[in-house]
Amino acid sequence: MSDTSDTSDTIEKVSIIISKGSLEGVYPGLIMANGARMEGIEANLFFTFFGLDAINKAKHDHVKVATVGNPGLHLATWAGGVPGVSALVTRQLAHEMERLDIPPIPEFVEMIADSGAGLYACKASVDLFKLSAEDFIPQVKDVITVGEFYGLAAGGQIIFT
Amino acid sequence: MSTVTLAGRVVEVDTEGFLLDPHRWDEQIAQEIAREAGIPELTDRHWQVVHFMRQTYLDTGSAPSIRTLGKASGVPIKELYELFPHGPAKLAAKIGGIPKPRGCI
Repeated sequence: MSDTSDTSDTIEKVSIIISKGSLEGVYPGLIMANGARMEGIEANLFFTFFGLDAINKAKHDHVKVATVGNPGLHLATWAGGVPGVSALVTRQLAHEMERLDIPPIPEFVEMIADSGAGLYACKASVDLFKLSAEDFIPQVKDVITVGEFYGLAAGGQIIFT
Repeated sequence: MSTVTLAGRVVEVDTEGFLLDPHRWDEQIAQEIAREAGIPELTDRHWQVVHFMRQTYLDTGSAPSIRTLGKASGVPIKELYELFPHGPAKLAAKIGGIPKPRGCI
């Protein structure tokens, strides 16, 4: 069964890639992974490039909203670049999310790991940023290559964020 | 929407088997729904979760998020997924006779 693709009526397995390091770039993948586990769908999370910040012990509590070059925010570029604006917008958004019971990134990633999803770091990015397994939260299962990711993702759907 | 007989009582359920009227629920119905979902016997830990979900719904009008469930029910997330495989929030809600939770968290 593991060789066949997911062609049934329901989705049985997803492997989600998180490649961005902004708050709004990290959350969609986390919501999808948690949502998958809540539906009984097998889930893997693969963190690459700046997405590694979400599982990096030194960085995962400091993920910010991108306030420059982010047209969706409807904030003038010059305003978004003022020192402190990104931190302010991040704080406001975090406050709203807390009101909606959406956890901050460190807690959310831990919840997702506890729900049985596999967490993996991209070896190429780990090498690029001169990191090692010790930099990551203990819930990360392994540092893997893209080929190993494809092996893990077999039989399910791949979602790139 | 249809009617089914659970633990000897006729109740109305939606297309997924969630009770339409939470007040038609009792513990025997809960056991039967659990059995049909693959949990042969509800343990004290199961009941702790089910009662918490049901009470939160009756008190506030909506079921708790999985985050709140993991923090406030006394049963942590890891154990929730062991007790209720394939989606604890949905299954505990169904067993507890409350509507299917509609939330992304």
